[in-house]
Amino acid sequence: MKVLLVDDEHELVSTLAERLSFRGIQADWATNGEEAMRLTEKNTYDVAVLDVKIPRISGLELKRRLHAKIPAMKFIFMTGHGSEDEFRNCSAETGEGCYLVKPVNIEDLIRKMNELMNASEVRP
Amino acid sequence: MTVWEKFKPKFWDYVDAAAGPFAHLFNFRRIWKLAVLLTAGVALVPLVAITAIDYQVTQKSIESEIALRTSRLVSNTRRAVSFFLAERRSALDFIVRDNSFADLNDPERLQAILQNLKSTFGGFTDLGVIDPLGYQRIYAGPYRLEGVDYSEQAWYREVLERGIYISDVFPGFRQVPHLIIAVKHEVGSGAHFVLRATLDTERFNHLISHPEVAGGGDAFLINREGKLQTPSLSHGRVLDTISLPVPASSPNTELIETEDGQGQLNAVGYAYVEDTPFILMIVKNKKELMKPWYKTRLQLMGFLAASITIILVVILGVATYLVNNIYLADQKRLTMLHQVEYSNKMATIGRLAAGVAHEINNPLAVINEKAGLIKDLFSMREECARDEKLMNTINAVLSSVERCAKITRRLLSFMRNSGVTIQRINLGETIHEVLAFLSKEAEYRSFHISVHVDEDVPQITSDQGRLQEILLNVINNSFAAMQDGGHLEVTVRRHKEHLVSVTVKDDGCGIPKADLERVFEPFFSTRTGKGGTGLGLSITSGLVQELGGDISVDSEVGKGTSFTLTLPIQTEKKEKPSNEGSLGR
Repeated sequence: MKVLLVDDEHELVSTLAERLSFRGIQADWATNGEEAMRLTEKNTYDVAVLDVKIPRISGLELKRRLHAKIPAMKFIFMTGHGSEDEFRNCSAETGEGCYLVKPVNIEDLIRKMNELMNASEVRP
Repeated sequence: MTVWEKFKPKFWDYVDAAAGPFAHLFNFRRIWKLAVLLTAGVALVPLVAITAIDYQVTQKSIESEIALRTSRLVSNTRRAVSFFLAERRSALDFIVRDNSFADLNDPERLQAILQNLKSTFGGFTDLGVIDPLGYQRIYAGPYRLEGVDYSEQAWYREVLERGIYISDVFPGFRQVPHLIIAVKHEVGSGAHFVLRATLDTERFNHLISHPEVAGGGDAFLINREGKLQTPSLSHGRVLDTISLPVPASSPNTELIETEDGQGQLNAVGYAYVEDTPFILMIVKNKKELMKPWYKTRLQLMGFLAASITIILVVILGVATYLVNNIYLADQKRLTMLHQVEYSNKMATIGRLAAGVAHEINNPLAVINEKAGLIKDLFSMREECARDEKLMNTINAVLSSVERCAKITRRLLSFMRNSGVTIQRINLGETIHEVLAFLSKEAEYRSFHISVHVDEDVPQITSDQGRLQEILLNVINNSFAAMQDGGHLEVTVRRHKEHLVSVTVKDDGCGIPKADLERVFEPFFSTRTGKGGTGLGLSITSGLVQELGGDISVDSEVGKGTSFTLTLPIQTEKKEKPSNEGSLGR
């Protein structure tokens, strides 16, 4: 499983990527939308973990662009805000339960990613 | 409690201190007074005016009818009296013209004439012929009066002067009232004689006692001195002086009102009978005469009083009802206004809290990851993984992060729910969520809090945010009343088929009975000096109503208070007021 992490908090994504790698999950990270788009040029990812609020391109917009580019990609939103509107919009984009409020327990995140992967494998 | 206090409408003592320059718009007592005065004025003035006019007109018409009848009676009777006397005078005139002095000088002749007069006219007692020197030459009658000298008597001088004399009534020798008629006859060349007749007054009396006068009235003749000439019913016997004053001389029939000796008001009609000393008087008791008018007047007044009473009762009732409704509407408006204000405040606090939570969540996430990384790294090195102190330290950091995360998450979820959304709610969870917010205060003040949810309580559909706000307000309210170490019980029960009840019972200071029914009124507070606005419970009550529920309170001073919320299991989704669209987002 290859994961793309996007969050404007550099310390957060870099550390998270490192910790995921300790758990056998290959993770690349970007701190903004453009960077993320560039990374997808070179690599393919199974799951993208996106912050809702990132500079210039919003998390939702980025999700749409990535989805257009790689339809098979799964998405998890990660947010510090958790307002009702955001919750509703993100749930509408990705489906129930793919909306995690920071700080996220790494085990929960891995479980969620595995769930998504398994679900896509089951589906033809 | 006086009767007034019992019936005093609610708006009576209401003063809207916050209304400022528009206070007059909310002076309900003034509005009420204005409404009552204006309506009462418009309704009563014409009624009273019409009644007064009718009163006057009716009284006048009755009085004038009485006057007319009296005056007609007086003039008819006078004519009769006048005619009666003129008839007798004419008879005497005829006698002196028909008979010469010489003829009359014959006693037998005079006796015959007297006899004829008695049998034709009746009432003649005697006849006498007086010669130019004033001596009664011949006399026919029961007495022996020949040769009496009348020359010095006033009546004789009058008859010489005027040719006719009619006397006052006098008792006569047999104490029977009589009167005298005397006529002078010029024989020519200055010679003359006088014929004198005495009449008894029985027929005269008969003439006066008119049947119509009988009812409550009295008709009689008096002379110029006020002495009765004919018998009266209530003013004395013949020749008594009447108690009424002698009326002023007048050629016509006159009507006056006088008071008699007993202070009774009398309507008096009188007329001077021409060429006689007589005044005809008809005296009627005014009270007796006005009796039909008094009856009419009583009916009129009764009708007026009844009308005024009914009008006033209706006006007072309607004005009180309407002003009270305006007052209630205004109270509703005020509550709504404050609710909006409060909601906006809550929304602002919500946004602020959400912002703070967000700002904290980000660095918290970094700490979480960094600490997690340290732990990961330590776990990979054996000497570190075995170092218990090191692992405990890092675990403590991680669990603190977890605690912080819980707090911000709770805050966020609380604010997330402040919009109006109807969803399925587990009441027990909601209560615990609210209590968690207040757990620090409860801990510091050592409150004992117990929550009991009956097993048969179903999930309800309601608005989570509202419900949290309601519970928060009620529980906060209880906390404020409780002593440190107090007990709070929250009980959830199924109530009837489609309701659940949440009872929040504390053992705080309680609410006095007098205040109990006012606790849900806006601005009612016993803690105004201590930061209470008096709005909490009124807004809570408004919110409960919005959810289709009901809130009631039961309290005993010193023992505690219990608030009971009754909520429907199913809540219809209501249209949201526009101002609430931005709540907590």
